Amino acid sequence: MKIKQISVFLENKKGRLWKALNTLGEGGINIRALSIADTSEFGILRLIVPDSEKAKKLLEENNFVVKTKDVIAVELSDQPGGLSTVLKMLNDSDINLEYLYAFVHEKKDKAIVIMRTDDLDTLIDTLKEGGASLVPPEEVYNL
Amino acid sequence: MIWNEEAECMSRDDLEELQLKRLQDVVKRAYENVPYYRKKFKDMGLSPEDIQSLEDIEKLPFTTKDDLRQVYPFGMFAVPRREIIEIHTSSGTTGKPVVSGYTKQDIELWSEVMARGLTMMGINEEDIIQNTHGYGLFTGGFGVHYGAQKLGATVIPISTGQTRRQIEIMDDFGTSVMIFTPSYGLYLSEVAEEEGFDAKNSQLKAIGFGAEMWTNEMRQEIEKRFGAPAFNMYGLTEIIGPGVAVECKEQDGLHVAEDHFYPEIIDSETTKKLGAGDTGELVLTTLSRVGMPIIRFRTKDITALRYDGCECGRTLVKMDRITGRSDDMLKVRGVAVFPSQIEKALLKIDGVEPHYQIIVTRPQRLDELEVQVETSPQLFSDEIKEMVGIKKKIESYIENEIGLRVNVTLVEPKSLPRSEGKAVRVIDKRNLH
Repeated sequence: MKIKQISVFLENKKGRLWKALNTLGEGGINIRALSIADTSEFGILRLIVPDSEKAKKLLEENNFVVKTKDVIAVELSDQPGGLSTVLKMLNDSDINLEYLYAFVHEKKDKAIVIMRTDDLDTLIDTLKEGGASLVPPEEVYNL
Repeated sequence: MIWNEEAECMSRDDLEELQLKRLQDVVKRAYENVPYYRKKFKDMGLSPEDIQSLEDIEKLPFTTKDDLRQVYPFGMFAVPRREIIEIHTSSGTTGKPVVSGYTKQDIELWSEVMARGLTMMGINEEDIIQNTHGYGLFTGGFGVHYGAQKLGATVIPISTGQTRRQIEIMDDFGTSVMIFTPSYGLYLSEVAEEEGFDAKNSQLKAIGFGAEMWTNEMRQEIEKRFGAPAFNMYGLTEIIGPGVAVECKEQDGLHVAEDHFYPEIIDSETTKKLGAGDTGELVLTTLSRVGMPIIRFRTKDITALRYDGCECGRTLVKMDRITGRSDDMLKVRGVAVFPSQIEKALLKIDGVEPHYQIIVTRPQRLDELEVQVETSPQLFSDEIKEMVGIKKKIESYIENEIGLRVNVTLVEPKSLPRSEGKAVRVIDKRNLH
C-alpha cells in the first residue's frame, strides 16, 4: 500500500520550481500529485510520478538533491467532513502526521489524501481498522 | 598639544639616525636572544653587522603570523620569562593564538605611544575616557587604558557590552571621550536615542575608533550622531597593540610612532619594497621593544605611507586608513574571521560539502555574516523541521569556531560558483573601501 514519493530541495529563488518541473517534462514524466512545503529560504517539492526511479535519476543528473520516501494515499468522499473523519482515526490512535496534501481524483469524483508519518505500517493498520479506503500504488501512479 | 614634541617633531635626519641605531640594536638583540631569529639569520648568511644603513633592512627576513604561531607560546621572547610582566594574545581564531609578551619597559613604551595618540585627538588630563574596548587578552582595552593613565586622564574601564549601562555612565559621569569600534558606536547611538539620551549635545569632545575597517561616510555618521570628531587608532597585538599609529586633528592619516615602529610598504606578491605614497602591504619592525622584538612583520594590512608633513606640526610619517587586506581575513563586528575557519567547521559535519560562500553585509548598523552551504543528498530530508535543524546545527558549529553568530542558507548542489584556482569564498557587500 506504500507509494513512492520523491522530494526535491529547492532554493527559494526565481525559476527553480520551473527548472525542476521542466526537467521532468522534457524527460516525459507526468506528475500525478504535487505539493510544496516552503520556508523563507528554501522549499521542498514533493511529487508522485509513475516512475519515481527515472524521475529521481533525471533530477539528479540536473544537480537537484532528491529523496524517495514512502507515503500512503487515502480515498475520501469529496464532501464536507471527509478528511476530518480520517484524521479522527489518527487522533484517537495518537498518530502524529508529518505532512499531508490532498487532490481530487477526477474520474471517480473522490478526494485523495497523501499522508506521511514516521511509522507507516501503524498508520496503514489504523486506517484499515477505521474503515478508511487506501488507494493502491498502481492506481495513484496511473491517475 | 603634542605629548612628546622631541620625538614627534624630530627632523627626518635625526629620526633616521635614531631609527638606524635602534634597528641595529633590535637586530642584535633578536639574533642573540631569540633562537628562531638566530637560525633564520644564519640560514640566510646574515649577521647583525650587515645592517649598516636603514636600507639594509631589506636584507632581513620577514616575520609572518605563522612564524609567530610556530614558536607558541613563548618562543619569541628575548628575555627570561620572569622579566615578562604581562601577556596578551591575538584572538587565536585561526589556530593557536599569537602570544605577545611585555616587559615593564614595554608597557611603558605602550603607554607612551598611546598617550601620544590620545593627545593627538585633543585629549588631556581633564578628560573622562570611557573605554568600551574589551579588557582581557585582547590588546584593545589595556592599550587605551595605559595611555589614558600615562596622560593622567580619568579612565572608565567599562569594557564592551552592557550598552544601557554605557549610556547611563556617559550621562552620569559626563564622559568626554568615547573609545569604540565604529559599529559598536552606531549601536550605542541607537540605544542612546531609545533611552532618551541626547548624545549629540553631550559633553563628548572626541571619539577614538579602533579594530575595524570603516568608510568616511561611517565616520561622518558617527560624528553627526555624537556631535564630536572621531579619530582612527591602529595597532596589532604582534607589534604591541593600539598606539602603533593614531590620527591627529587633521583627520587625514595616522601618524606612525616611527621612532619605535619602523614602517615599510611592500608589494604583497613580490615582497619588493614600494616607495612613498605607493599602496601596498604594511610591514612593521619593533625598534625598541624589549620582551619580544619583531623584525619585518607582515601585517597583511593595505595602506600607503605619506612623508609630506602635517599641519599639526608632527613630522612622523602618516599612513592612510587601512583599506583592505592582502590575505582573506575579514573583520566582522571587529572580530577577525578567516574563511578557512568556516571551512573547518563545515568539515566537522557529516554530509556537508565544503562548497560554501560567505556573504558579509551591513544592513543596518551591524555586520551580518551569511554562509551559503550546498545541500547534499546526505543532508537533505524531505521534512522542513529536519532541514531547519540542519541549518541550526551548521550555524552552531560555525559559531563555535569563529565566535560570531551567522546565518546559514542552504542552497542547491553545484549552485555556488566553481572557479579554476582560487575559489571566490567571500562576497563583502559592506563597501568599506
